[in-house]
Amino acid sequence: MSVSVGQQEPLGVVDGATLDPPYYFPSYRSTLQRAPSMPLVAARPESAGRTGPVFGEDHVRHEDSDLTRRGAGAPIGERIIVHGRVTDSEGHPVAGQLVELWQANAAGRYAHVVDQHDAPLDPNFTGAGRCLTSSDGSYSFTTVRPGEYPWGNHANAWRPAHLHFSFFGRTFTSRLVTQMYFPGDPLLPLDPMFTSIRDREAAERLIGVFDLDATVESYALGYRFDVVLGPGRGATPIEEEHS
Amino acid sequence: MTLSPTPSQTAGPYVEIGAGWSSDGHLVPPATAGAITLTGTVLDGTGEPVTDAVLEFFQADPAGRYAPEAGGEWSGFARSLTVDAGRYSVTTLKPGRVAIAGATEAPHVSISLFARGLLQRAVTYVYFDDEPEANAADPFFSRLGSRRQERLLARSEPGGYCFDIVLRGEEETPFFVP
Repeated sequence: MSVSVGQQEPLGVVDGATLDPPYYFPSYRSTLQRAPSMPLVAARPESAGRTGPVFGEDHVRHEDSDLTRRGAGAPIGERIIVHGRVTDSEGHPVAGQLVELWQANAAGRYAHVVDQHDAPLDPNFTGAGRCLTSSDGSYSFTTVRPGEYPWGNHANAWRPAHLHFSFFGRTFTSRLVTQMYFPGDPLLPLDPMFTSIRDREAAERLIGVFDLDATVESYALGYRFDVVLGPGRGATPIEEEHS
Repeated sequence: MTLSPTPSQTAGPYVEIGAGWSSDGHLVPPATAGAITLTGTVLDGTGEPVTDAVLEFFQADPAGRYAPEAGGEWSGFARSLTVDAGRYSVTTLKPGRVAIAGATEAPHVSISLFARGLLQRAVTYVYFDDEPEANAADPFFSRLGSRRQERLLARSEPGGYCFDIVLRGEEETPFFVP
């Protein structure tokens, strides 16, 4: 799909080559008073290779990955399966790591006290799930497709439909919180969060891919969202010894 | 083959929905012998408290070992929300000095901050104001300028330490490359 990236905006932080969005992005208004403005300190080199926190089976139950079975009944909305594979930048699977998902309900309302959007809450949908990646780095959630919603950032601002994802990698620096979008969403080129990623190809990797193979017939449509956890910008290359 | 990393997006204002299950701020149970509390307030560039953030703490144990080398129940990880007027709190054990190649790191706790308005996490490291010798011997901390050093020091108080985080402006906390 074609995405028009907005005009260049001044950076609050001198930032080198990175696919991540800048902290300071004025068309996303909340960054104006929250974006750090001073130059970042280069990370401690020891931190890059340091193993990150480890979660296990005692943190995650099997049913936590099915957001449609958290209430007394089924939530309203179109059931979907969102799955993918988490790898490092070498393509190696990131196994046994925590994946968290949170989202609005099918009407575009979060089950949260701060969300006052005039759309119905769903008593059968909390919008939270989690799982551990398998030995091949794969994960899978069953949920409902979230609705778009207005968010007051600018006149007639609507967020594209999206899922919030949190990934823990093997190392402290590979930690990632991001969002998955849906293919063909007309709101994407208008969304300051999506367009805050300057590199169009990088931004488009946040759009889940319709996946007929993951679709369960007569039950749920499938989407695929593969994720690559980088070494982190603080990572220093490690020279491998060759004998 | 090198794959391009997936870019970051903001956690948004409802991160509590996703992170709430693990955000009790207890890196160790509060009844643990020697437990201390690290607390503070997160403020934006206008001095307003940031009430929709989640902070992640990661640190070594009192012997200077990270999980899993630390063994036992030690994860070294905890989360705290800032829904209470921007205040966070983590109950923990004070980390020890960490041995690295040819040197020793001063006791420190890493904090990753996620919130609405942060398109990627903000990362900082907290040191302790009652460890002047260890701080001076830390090969990383000792090279920072005095402004940064001062703003990375948690202040001793009864029962623990206080460390406020200012996201932007004159009093801005030093942040690190994530």
